[in-house]
Amino acid sequence: MIKPVAQPFTILTDTYIPLPVENIDTDQIIPARFLKATSKEGFGKNLFRDWRYENDDESRPLADFVLNNPAYKGSILVAGKNFGCGSSREHAAWALADYGFRAVVSSFFADIFKNNALNNGVLPVTVSEQFLQKLFTQTAEATLTIDLSVQTITLNTTGEQEHFEINAYKKTCLLNGYDDIDFLLSLKEDILQFEKKHSYGYEKENHLAPRRRDWP
Amino acid sequence: MGKTLFDKIWEKHVVKEPGAGLSVLYIDRHFIHEVTSPQAFAGLKKRGLRVFRPEQTIATADHNVPTLNQHLPIREELSRRQVETLIQNCADHGITLYGLGHPYQGIVHVIGPELGITQPGMTIVCGDSHTSTHGAFGCIAFGIGTSEVEMVLATQCLLQAKPKQMRITVDGRLKKGVVSKDAVLYILSKISASGATGYAIEYAGSAIRSMSMEARMTICNMSIEMGARCGLIAPDETTFSYLKNRQFAPKGSDWERAVNYWKTLYTDSDAIFDKEYFFDAEEIEPMITYGTNPGMGIPVTGAIPAQETLPENERKALAKALAYMGLKEGEKLKGKKIDYVFIGSCTNSRLEDLRMVAQLVKGKKKAPHVEVWVVPGSKQVEAQARAEGIDKIFEEAGFQLRQPGCSACLGMNEDKIPAGKYCVSTSNRNFEGRQGAGARTILASPLTAAAAAITGEITDVREWLND
Repeated sequence: MIKPVAQPFTILTDTYIPLPVENIDTDQIIPARFLKATSKEGFGKNLFRDWRYENDDESRPLADFVLNNPAYKGSILVAGKNFGCGSSREHAAWALADYGFRAVVSSFFADIFKNNALNNGVLPVTVSEQFLQKLFTQTAEATLTIDLSVQTITLNTTGEQEHFEINAYKKTCLLNGYDDIDFLLSLKEDILQFEKKHSYGYEKENHLAPRRRDWP
Repeated sequence: MGKTLFDKIWEKHVVKEPGAGLSVLYIDRHFIHEVTSPQAFAGLKKRGLRVFRPEQTIATADHNVPTLNQHLPIREELSRRQVETLIQNCADHGITLYGLGHPYQGIVHVIGPELGITQPGMTIVCGDSHTSTHGAFGCIAFGIGTSEVEMVLATQCLLQAKPKQMRITVDGRLKKGVVSKDAVLYILSKISASGATGYAIEYAGSAIRSMSMEARMTICNMSIEMGARCGLIAPDETTFSYLKNRQFAPKGSDWERAVNYWKTLYTDSDAIFDKEYFFDAEEIEPMITYGTNPGMGIPVTGAIPAQETLPENERKALAKALAYMGLKEGEKLKGKKIDYVFIGSCTNSRLEDLRMVAQLVKGKKKAPHVEVWVVPGSKQVEAQARAEGIDKIFEEAGFQLRQPGCSACLGMNEDKIPAGKYCVSTSNRNFEGRQGAGARTILASPLTAAAAAITGEITDVREWLND
């Protein structure tokens, strides 16, 4: 039986935090020196660490960085194109989720980040460059409504709306809070059958050591 | 219609197509390391699951290990705990670990190929974006997040959408002083840091065919810097002779059968790609980067672009990058004083890279103001370098030969470049703070990095080479 593992995502209406920078890589989202943890918790306090504080000093927040501007709040991050490029670190998605973001809006996402976000209940919403630029010119009070079931994003102050794409399976997962592992585990028989015929013809079995025959 | 190399490997690994354009893809080889695996094992434990095929997962410690005194306990507590967690998880689940102190330990993308674990036609994943490196052998190899590491540990499968396909053809001969790192930095400068997002790239053409396996790995390694899901090169005699007699390569009659199969792994002449690029190898010069993404590259003799030559939307990014780098638009970098040289990382830390550097610096000394770190990709690379006397050449040149690990490529261990300092680096990323908070990275080939170490400034290595 598939049980929800994350908070389901349905409709989200909230103010948003604009970050009009392109090619934001995951090293900026969470610098490598914070990847030493062995749990998924607590990364939010180091989100965008080196853009937030001068010389890594929490008592010296950089005033012109948007997360330090009390006027901007909300659970939606709006960022420039090619968001999440670079390192595959899922810690970037954990940091965004832990900080309180439930969705990231951009005109273009890096592949690995997109998967990582989806696997953590953070919705990546791809919009047109035009729509994105519009979001960057609004006041701090502007709100967005993201409706996953009909795949729309609306700028409520102007009523402008765009449809966004999401894989149908991933959408079901997010709407219900499911993840891929439960699905893959349900394919046990298919995987065992596949293994029986998966051969390159030069090794009886394609692995480094003798294979167990059971499903643990 | 014919099939691409990518199609052939992909189709052989599809367990099921459950709809929504997704495939359940079987994974032949899974590499893990200390940084992106602990939460995956914790996830398994929480669900009460065991590792399904421990014999298809191989572990090493590389990202977060010191590169000096590896025989001593790791000083930094969090790093030590992370490495200990990996040791415990591997022991609990029967996973082979080439940890610190083991003669096979090293950077995950260096040891897989050098042990012959990486073989043509396979699907290979690792919780590291530079897994694309293994594609040099004609594999589908890509980086994954920790949730996906957990999926592979639990089921040996991943749920994936098939990417679009791109072919990059480089024909002709690379000129003297120009190596594969320059070629990939050149390609990046042309197609940008997001130019291949959503694609699998096949590299082809006579320039690629004439490259060694090490050089091909450097090319495939940086596919991710273009945003690509993976990069691959069809296997050929160069691939086969590299793999023959390696530790985990097929042996005896299996070897013949393996090579026969590997020879079927190529793109059919009538296959169609979603996108194609063609480059002329003769046009490639030694390359350096000036900005804060790997697509911001110029020839070593070139100038940083001026604002007005760029489209409107790129001007802000250029200004931000140059402010971080302490550079000016239109500035030429040749002759620019630098502070550090880092020769290492999964991009350029193999024996061929170290030999290339040694040959160039033999009998020379580093500039007094420059700190030079050479971090070999693996214990085997280190041992071979010592056996060949490369360590002596480095010692005389004032280069520090350290112990294997990812080191200053990502600034996770103590090997960090101080804020504001310029580092010519053979690694793969020049992101803000990548090599340490405030560090200014200039990506280059091992040759260009070695020349900079000697002169203490950005140097055109071609001026040193005889015709």
